[in-house]
Amino acid sequence: MISFTDKGIYCEQGDFYIDPWKPVDRALITHAHSDHARPGNQYYLSHHLSIPILKIRLGADINVQGCEYGETTTINGVAIAFFPAGHIIGSAQIRLVYKGETWVISGDYKTTDDLVSMPYEPVKCDHFVTESTFGLPIYNFDPVETIYADINHWWAENTAAGVNTVLLGYALGKSQAILNALDTSIGKVWLHGAVANVNDAFRTVGYNFPGERITVETDRKQITPALIIAPPSALGTPWLKKLTPYKVAMCSGWMALRGARRRYGVDRGFVLSDHCDWSQLNDAIIATGAENIYVTHGYETPFVRWIKEHHGLNGYEVKTLFHDGEIEGDL
Amino acid sequence: MKLFTQLFYDIDQTTKTNAKVAALRKYFQQASSKDILYAIALLTGNKPKRPVKTSELKAWAAELAGVPSWLFDDSYYVVGDLAETIALLLPPATSTKDYALHAIILELGKLYAAPEEQKKEVILSYWHSMNQTELFIFNKLITGNFRIGLSKQLVVKALAQYLEKEETAIAHQLMGKWDPKKETIDSLFTQDVTTKFYQPYPFYLAYPLEAEIQTLGDINDWIIEPKLDGIRGQLIVRDNSLFVWSRGEDLLTDKFPEFESLQKILPQGSVIDGEIIPFKEGMFLDFNAMQTRIGRKNISKKNLTEVPLIMVCYDLLEWQGEDIRNRPITERRNLLISLLETHDVKDKLLLSKALPFENWEQVSEFRNNAREQMCEGVMLKRKDSPYETGRRRGNWWKWKTVPMTIDGVLIYAQSGSGRRANLFTDYTFAVWDGEGKLLPFAKAYSGLTDKEIFAVDNWVKRNTIEKFGPVRSVTPYQVFEIAFEGIAESPRHKSGIALRFPRILRWRKDKKASEANTIDDLKDWLKINKQ
Ligand SMILES: [Zn+2]
Ligand SMILES: [Zn+2]
Repeated sequence: MISFTDKGIYCEQGDFYIDPWKPVDRALITHAHSDHARPGNQYYLSHHLSIPILKIRLGADINVQGCEYGETTTINGVAIAFFPAGHIIGSAQIRLVYKGETWVISGDYKTTDDLVSMPYEPVKCDHFVTESTFGLPIYNFDPVETIYADINHWWAENTAAGVNTVLLGYALGKSQAILNALDTSIGKVWLHGAVANVNDAFRTVGYNFPGERITVETDRKQITPALIIAPPSALGTPWLKKLTPYKVAMCSGWMALRGARRRYGVDRGFVLSDHCDWSQLNDAIIATGAENIYVTHGYETPFVRWIKEHHGLNGYEVKTLFHDGEIEGDL
Repeated sequence: MKLFTQLFYDIDQTTKTNAKVAALRKYFQQASSKDILYAIALLTGNKPKRPVKTSELKAWAAELAGVPSWLFDDSYYVVGDLAETIALLLPPATSTKDYALHAIILELGKLYAAPEEQKKEVILSYWHSMNQTELFIFNKLITGNFRIGLSKQLVVKALAQYLEKEETAIAHQLMGKWDPKKETIDSLFTQDVTTKFYQPYPFYLAYPLEAEIQTLGDINDWIIEPKLDGIRGQLIVRDNSLFVWSRGEDLLTDKFPEFESLQKILPQGSVIDGEIIPFKEGMFLDFNAMQTRIGRKNISKKNLTEVPLIMVCYDLLEWQGEDIRNRPITERRNLLISLLETHDVKDKLLLSKALPFENWEQVSEFRNNAREQMCEGVMLKRKDSPYETGRRRGNWWKWKTVPMTIDGVLIYAQSGSGRRANLFTDYTFAVWDGEGKLLPFAKAYSGLTDKEIFAVDNWVKRNTIEKFGPVRSVTPYQVFEIAFEGIAESPRHKSGIALRFPRILRWRKDKKASEANTIDDLKDWLKINKQ
């Protein structure tokens, strides 16, 4: 039913692609991150909460249809349903059923509840396509509550020392998870334009995140000591320099490795991921009951070998053209 | 261990030297004096012997983590650091305990000779009772590669502040190998320094000259010597003994039997600073020749006649038992000259020549052609300069010649490890042979900015031809200028040539692959270098 082509994951029976990386007629989109939602497709089907972001990233005039979690859409006899992936707001696993065969293409997902996106739901299937961003046993993440508490604690510490706190996280996903968990009694929250744009889009569908946009007119002197959320690309820019004095932290699963922390040259690394860690990936695969596991972006080779040897399942490597791990494109 | 772990992270999390010194001071104030001694030893590179084989550590850690050995290896490859890999893989501690740093190191010291079973039992009991940050430090100790972003100079500074003493005195007292088991803070820092007859003086190191040479002012204020490519060393004759220390503070006396007789020839209380270099029939030999000799456990007669070593002397630090480092270098040099002239040091010690330049243009010209003079540039020393401690600006400068360069085509990329895990950062470059084929000649992984590394990584991912494990072959398209310090013939390499310290000088986006250099261009460098 499914084949892996150079345009992306293809369903021949339904004649549609899932997260294609080259323009096609019909595209099913798991979520709005730029390595999954590419421009130029004739038609998009996504969860309705992805639509405002797709529109600002791909153009207001795209032909997009939204659906609810659990709602079934049928194309050429293929029953399509979206289920929560817990990755970011609006992210979905896509289940395809045709003639008794069930596939789940999970996109990016995490099984822990970040308290802002709809929590992941295991979906029974025969064929499960999984990412493997953190598919090595060295990745074991602390519970998000612990990380959120660490972030608030650090913010309070910096505030007491009279310096700004800069948190770097992807404009879409990470930023909203952090904003939702901030203890705003500590101080004022400011936003980089890229983050504010995403928040504005989510505001149109009922979300209300704290924080004020920093614009060219904003008097930087009034930002003291406060918390600022910016995308990782802000690191090393004059924009960031103007917020001096500050301490800066990167929020990413990669921060689990010392080398990655040093590479960014930040003061702190918070291991806050919107992907599964090792044990979550393993648990998720088992929970689907699938016999066939297709592994994409990340550590495909070792993870496939592990699945075969340890779980006795059929494992297959699937190559993806685009993937920067967690370093996803910002607006 | 908790205090030491805290110290490690305090230092690790800052690049500011003041913050590092403050963290050290805080540690000295809180830790027990025994722990302080062992910490100083560790921080200044005086490491304990590795008690357990790496293969055993890997096996125990994999077993405890419940992962097969291939998965352990894949993980290790990504992390790039064994101590960290183990810390990340081990299950969470079952209990926590605060061990004293000195107790751990003493126990590890004894473990070296213990039977296998006991080694495993001891290491595992530590592993079971440490949190992840402590585990990392502990693993660094048992894998023998404990390192920290801290120069010895900063340790000295913090100690001087803590003990309220002069930095130069502390630096001197910490020179050479000392055993924390046999010392106390008192014995180490309060006794008279001259009582330790084997101890070298801290080396004075020069920074590279970055400003225009003219900014150094009147050329007559400077002593200008050729910068030789050998091993910097200090030769000490005291109490009828001879010691040769390297700059890395390794005692190399046994490696240089040719200096042995100097113990009787030179007056007691002489300390000479110089460069040890292979020298035969009035000619300097290639640095590689010495490398192979130094690497040997036992030096044969044949080695001694094939690669004889001499010391080219440029400074005298102690004369007739007196520390003369504060006198101007002109005076120290005069004493050195008369010392060498009045004693029979032929074929062992040579004076480093002061080059007779009249103006800076001549110096610049000499530097540009330094390779033809068998040296790598010039050393500039202000005539009234004392012999300082550590790396300092102002009085001494090194001015190295421009590196040799060659334009190569990127043909393979490999993902890096550690700091660069998940990025293609290790590159193999090729030059054209006579028949339109690319011949790999160098591997290099440094020299690009982070931004360029991301760009190359991206390009590699989109232009991969084939994958072999972590290595990818890529379309021959990108050209990079590669700089290197030395070049020699090598039958082990496909190109027949081995480069010393190759690094990427710049990304030549302006050049097409067809415009890269050829194997003949490389061979030209070989010829120039041989002259
Ligand atoms: Zn994503
Ligand atoms: Zn993704």
